[in-house]
Amino acid sequence: MSQEKDPSMPEAQAEISYLDQSAAVRERFQQIRQREVILEVKNLGKRYAGSHGETEALRNVSFKVHRRELVCVIGPSGCGKSTLIRILAGLEAHSSGDVLLDGLPVNGPGRERGMVFQGYSLFPWLTVKRNVMFGPEMSGHPRSTAETMADQWLDLVGLSAFADHWPHQLSGGMRQRVAIARALVNEPRILLMDEPFGALDAQTRAKMQSHLLDIWKNLDITVLFITHDLDEAIYLADRILVLKAHPGEVQELIEVAVPRPRAPAQFGSAQFRATKARLEALIHPLHTAPLAAQEDDGMENRPMIRLTNVADNVE
Amino acid sequence: MKKSNRSRSVSAQQRRLILGAASFLLPVLLWCMVSYVPFIWHPKVLIQQPGAVDYFQSGMLVDRSDFDQQRLSMQQQGRALPQGEPANPIYLPAPHKVALALYTGFVTPPQQDGDPWLHQSLWHSIQIIFWGFLISSLIGVPLGILAGTYASLGRLSEPFIEFFRYLPAPAFGALAVAILGIYDGPKIAIIVIGTLFQQVLIIANTTRKLETTIIEAARTLGTRGLRLVTRVVLPGILPDLYRDQRILLGWAWTYLIVAELIGTSSGITWFITQQARYQHFENVYAAIIIIGIIGYGSDLLFALLGQRLFPWDRSQERS
Repeated sequence: MSQEKDPSMPEAQAEISYLDQSAAVRERFQQIRQREVILEVKNLGKRYAGSHGETEALRNVSFKVHRRELVCVIGPSGCGKSTLIRILAGLEAHSSGDVLLDGLPVNGPGRERGMVFQGYSLFPWLTVKRNVMFGPEMSGHPRSTAETMADQWLDLVGLSAFADHWPHQLSGGMRQRVAIARALVNEPRILLMDEPFGALDAQTRAKMQSHLLDIWKNLDITVLFITHDLDEAIYLADRILVLKAHPGEVQELIEVAVPRPRAPAQFGSAQFRATKARLEALIHPLHTAPLAAQEDDGMENRPMIRLTNVADNVE
Repeated sequence: MKKSNRSRSVSAQQRRLILGAASFLLPVLLWCMVSYVPFIWHPKVLIQQPGAVDYFQSGMLVDRSDFDQQRLSMQQQGRALPQGEPANPIYLPAPHKVALALYTGFVTPPQQDGDPWLHQSLWHSIQIIFWGFLISSLIGVPLGILAGTYASLGRLSEPFIEFFRYLPAPAFGALAVAILGIYDGPKIAIIVIGTLFQQVLIIANTTRKLETTIIEAARTLGTRGLRLVTRVVLPGILPDLYRDQRILLGWAWTYLIVAELIGTSSGITWFITQQARYQHFENVYAAIIIIGIIGYGSDLLFALLGQRLFPWDRSQERS
């Protein structure tokens, strides 16, 4: 983020690799590895029968997520990260491999896997509180119990004052907070988040990231978070699953060396920048550079017709 | 800031009201011009004094060209000239006559004992519409929602319905009479046939337009099976469904006249054909206007009701 600020910095810290972990960080990862595995994905594959024949969206994806871990999934567009999370949620079927939650195969959507979508997925015909009550009511809780639960979770996301508002009266960030509360009230084993802050403006997004970390710290909740924002991934994640495109395959599973607790000030830290540099190298590798250059050339050589007064220059 | 916003919205509302009133006043103004300004149109002459013309009688309507010809020939013969004033044909009564008929229609007893009064005819028509639309909706709304929710059910039902909706409903009139008798049965059947097939397709389409994310969100929250339809799809489409129903009800009204001609003529159609037979065209116009008032008035009421029923749906305020 602050790379342009001080050009002498990168040289001074050139030796720091994204793999270098401080003792505290190394110990934390050891602890995580000892925790039980919540989600296990084994040799997952997904093929679509499209109009241009069969396309392979995911190939041989394997990873494990431990309890109370926050894992981000990142990759270029077309890497199948959305397909992956939809398979985990049970909204799409996979073609091969296994998805195990607590050791049991996933079959269709279920309450033990909460999901927060990128778009606005709140039920517009229900007030904020009734939205949060929806899950408990579906699982057969009496209305009064559901209401108590909804109150608690709205309190947790700081929206008690808006309990009786309609979703359309809320800002984008508030709506996503309701969506998080609505998913968490079911007490899922894992919270799946599909670019939940992608549609928010930069400032709201930063607030939501800190808010999510607060929630995650205070709850026994495991999070799998899809994003295309490298900073967001590093800021939030314990580990980052990097996918590559066509077909979607695991490129690397990076342990983020940035120590916790995380704060926005760490965006400039050496570990942060080393991790980001590594992610950039993985997602925009050098061998695609000629292709990218070609595309750029195409843009630059295109003749431009001038539709304004020739004397009226903006730069 | 808030205040200026408010005053601006009030003036916008006033503007809307003025434009809405104008959209009615302009046609009425045109009608008044044609009726009251003697040199606009008026192709007939109403005889006041027949003069020496044999076949003229006072109160008779003749073509202006005939009148001018007779007047000229009387002038040449030096006999008494006919007197008359420009008039419109009998089928275009002046606005004040229709306005008066709107009132007298309700207080004038029917020409024959045992015939229904105007309000009885109207009430009969409203009942036909009500039952026709109710029966159509009882079948069409659930079928439309299911066809829109489950793709295979949609593909099973929609091609045939698509075919059937092109068949003109009145074509089934004779068949309906043969099956359902000559009274209200076939009339209700025509309304049902005219409404149902459009209804299924429109509602299936509305159902398909529901945001997929909403359904997926409900599924990840543990909703499945029929509860997905009753707790998610139905409330999700309800405001749009309500709007569809309002449009379809208007559609049902347009089938009314055809429906009421089938079997024994009844309702407002009976009133209209009777009055046309007696050449009481102001009553005919009055009856047609009453249909418009009932239709448009009920739709305005439903629109207001919609704002109450669906406070989360901001588009209700615009319709």
